[in-house]
Amino acid sequence: MNVNVRPQGAQGATRGIVRGGETLKEHRDRLMEATKRTKHYAGLEKLELRDTQPIHYNKLFSRLRAGVVDARETAKKIAASPIVEQEGELCFTLYNAAGDSILTSTGIIIHVGTMGAAIKYMIENDWESNPGIHDKDLFCNNDCLIGNVHPCDIHTIVPIFWEGELIGWVGGVTHVIDTGSVGPGSMSTGQVQRFGDGYQITCRKVGANDTLFRDWLHESQRMVRTTRYWMLDERTRIAGCHMIRKLVEEVVAEEGIEAYWKFAYEAVEHGRQGLQNRIKAMTIPGTYRQVGFVDVPYAHEDVRVPSDFAKLDTIMHSPSEITIRGDGTWRLDFEGASRWGWHTYNAHQVSFTSGIWVMMTQTLIPSEMINDGAAYGTEFRLPKGTWMNPDDRRVAFSYSWHFLVSSWTALWRGLSRSYFGRGYLEEVNAGNANTSNWLQGGGFNQYDEIHAVNSFECAANGTGATAVHDGLSHAAAIWNPEGDMGDMEIWELAEPLIYLGRQIKASSGGAGKYRGGCGFESLRMVWNAKDWTMFFMGNGHITSDWGLMGGYPAASGYRFAAHDTGLKELIASGAPLPFGGDTDPQNPTWDAMIPDAKIKRDKQAITTEEMFKDYDLYLNYMRGGPGFGDPIDRDPQSVVDDINGGYLIERFALQVYGVVAAKGADGAFTADIAATTARRKEIRAERLAKSVPTREWMKGEREKILAKDAGDHVKQMFASSFKLGPRFFKDFQTFWDLPADWKLLEEEIGIPHYGSHYHMDVSELPDVKTVQFVEQ
Amino acid sequence: MAYTRAKIADLVDGKIDHDTLHQMLATPKDPERFSIYLEILQQRMPWDDKIILPLGPKLYMVQRKDTKQWKIRCECGHDFCDWRENWKLFARVHVRDTPEKMEEIYPRLMTPTSSWQVLREYYCPECGTLHDVEAPTPWYPVIRDFEPDIDTFYKDWLGLPVPERVEAA
Repeated sequence: MNVNVRPQGAQGATRGIVRGGETLKEHRDRLMEATKRTKHYAGLEKLELRDTQPIHYNKLFSRLRAGVVDARETAKKIAASPIVEQEGELCFTLYNAAGDSILTSTGIIIHVGTMGAAIKYMIENDWESNPGIHDKDLFCNNDCLIGNVHPCDIHTIVPIFWEGELIGWVGGVTHVIDTGSVGPGSMSTGQVQRFGDGYQITCRKVGANDTLFRDWLHESQRMVRTTRYWMLDERTRIAGCHMIRKLVEEVVAEEGIEAYWKFAYEAVEHGRQGLQNRIKAMTIPGTYRQVGFVDVPYAHEDVRVPSDFAKLDTIMHSPSEITIRGDGTWRLDFEGASRWGWHTYNAHQVSFTSGIWVMMTQTLIPSEMINDGAAYGTEFRLPKGTWMNPDDRRVAFSYSWHFLVSSWTALWRGLSRSYFGRGYLEEVNAGNANTSNWLQGGGFNQYDEIHAVNSFECAANGTGATAVHDGLSHAAAIWNPEGDMGDMEIWELAEPLIYLGRQIKASSGGAGKYRGGCGFESLRMVWNAKDWTMFFMGNGHITSDWGLMGGYPAASGYRFAAHDTGLKELIASGAPLPFGGDTDPQNPTWDAMIPDAKIKRDKQAITTEEMFKDYDLYLNYMRGGPGFGDPIDRDPQSVVDDINGGYLIERFALQVYGVVAAKGADGAFTADIAATTARRKEIRAERLAKSVPTREWMKGEREKILAKDAGDHVKQMFASSFKLGPRFFKDFQTFWDLPADWKLLEEEIGIPHYGSHYHMDVSELPDVKTVQFVEQ
Repeated sequence: MAYTRAKIADLVDGKIDHDTLHQMLATPKDPERFSIYLEILQQRMPWDDKIILPLGPKLYMVQRKDTKQWKIRCECGHDFCDWRENWKLFARVHVRDTPEKMEEIYPRLMTPTSSWQVLREYYCPECGTLHDVEAPTPWYPVIRDFEPDIDTFYKDWLGLPVPERVEAA
């Protein structure tokens, strides 16, 4: 069969807007029923157009895909925000009438699913009858409770009609620089609930006849700090959507509506089949287990939140089990994940699942055919109540990436075991960096305007090592495969912050036979700002990516800020100034140059708005990626090259890599191969001397568990995971051979646990039908 | 796209040329890779028991020639355990759970905080090769990271005979 129009579509008052006369709800229901029944998207057991006219099918694909990419490239020049214009934080996606994506542009392709979720929300909640869906309408959405990643990702959604009937949708998204949350910046930290998380819009009709409503323009521009960026970003999205709508109209006019209609559904099934084929071609059937963590250090004095119950240290826990079956289908189960929390790092099930495709396009499905087919080919289980599937409508999401990137980095390890086993070493990747620090803040800028900043320099973190070479340094971020650190000159125009340095962050990449790529660091001096604040956002106590097969995790984060620096006087007197990077934070050099400054140099890598003034300093440290393989198997020449290139602090050549290096007269290091061989032999002996059999170590660890000897943050993580993941608890109990009556409850730890018992989901609100995308 | 044995050997050695590497990444996979890969690795091993599946740069699942039992083995020849067990439980472990131990690997301030996260290094008890580094919170169970379905992989996906297996008692 194909998704042909109903031969006897309803007529008159009951006639729906979808081509053929179905309502949107009838149309989607029919597709979902057929998908469930046949295990093929929309029941498409045969791809009629693709099989009988493959060239025509591919022509349609190529033309539409090129047009969608072109729309992105053209539209982004309209934006003024450097996040969009420099970093490319935008994306356009074409959907069929049921809201399933057909194809997408480059860019932040996590939104393949999130904008689709918004369309499906409109379908399920009968937007068709109220407020109505008409040709040339404009809808806006950024509601995280129906699938958006975080409020700063703003969707513009435009229905596409042909001869009076709806044949699809186009969505455009940009990451705006501010959404009017409690703190300035697009991914702020101070709020702990949705009600401070920024302006949120629920699939609102904001325009008709291709014109934005005046009430919308007046309201929205005053809900955010950076009005000009907000308005130009909206024009960017609309321009791209209208380019794509026009393209579809041209394609339909030239190729025929029947061909387009078939393509719009077959492409999704094609995507589903493509994933299944790639799984069989690249992986090994079996079960893969991995885990990710990241810190939420909120007990610190520099985290100023409005609620007592949020003022505690916690840990995000994301264990995952990947099952790859013999037929090439797969299941990802996150049993044991920890609960959502009173912070801004929670994620909706859609952003979690849709976001995984950003990662998969960089490994398992590196094709242009990115659409909802892959989602239909994947079974997800995200237990309800966890941070990736919250059960409370109060949750905040503004920096959900803090958890998302820390969870997904583990999936690389699972897949890489497959690739390694099959000999596809080129695909192995030890993981992705924790994509931080985020330099954010606001106040009055150098142009005397209310302003907010979110430096996207961390679109260029280090990448994970592969099984054949080092990770790339200062190169990319998992959420945008086209990452770019941006030009300093542009950031200086956008932010009242002068660069005093930008250099590779030495020793930030994880050690290994192949090391992780290093991040970089920028030293910024506040200049020409008024009533200015900034804060830090990144991992500190925990390095969220692990190494692979003997490699080490990347280094974790820290903060350096200096107030009352006296730099004005130092500059005037010609004294030495802090320049470049904080090369070895264990042996800092800047601090002595600014002896009277109030310096914050510690592991508190998440803070809230802190006052800064001209001549204050802020170090923006971008993280590295994890390493692969035993470091003492690394080529000694590569190790000295790393010292000479500024990628490795000298002492770690000997300590970690066992490389004996000497500095020559020209200042360059060379390796002493004989001494290195001898030293590496000693390291092997030392390893055996200092280690114990694993089962011996387990006895001591078990005693600690029985005594409940761990930090409250560790205990809270386990207690919340035990409650939401009974199978995880059972496995834990079995592994440690704990007594049958052993338990750990949040109530016994002595810290607040608001939300652990009492919660209310958005689906409990009147007249709200949420769309369920995963098993819970 | 098929590649010569020499190119795949270069890949294993980390010496693959950029153009071939790019081709490997950008074009459909070569299904014969597994067999060639195993042959290359097998020739390099100091033992002649059959490699069933590579698990790491120096870690293998092998079929013992004498008993036909499948084992998890270090390249040095040390057998950790039966193939159905978690080899890490039969390794030696060094846990970095203090700032001093962490600062051997990372500069101060760039280390994880050991009350939040520890490093667990798993070594071969014979040769001291570092086969894996876990970085969990305290208390975390040792992860069994991979249970491959060898029979389906060999028989159904690759069309290869499954090597003989005598299960240990």
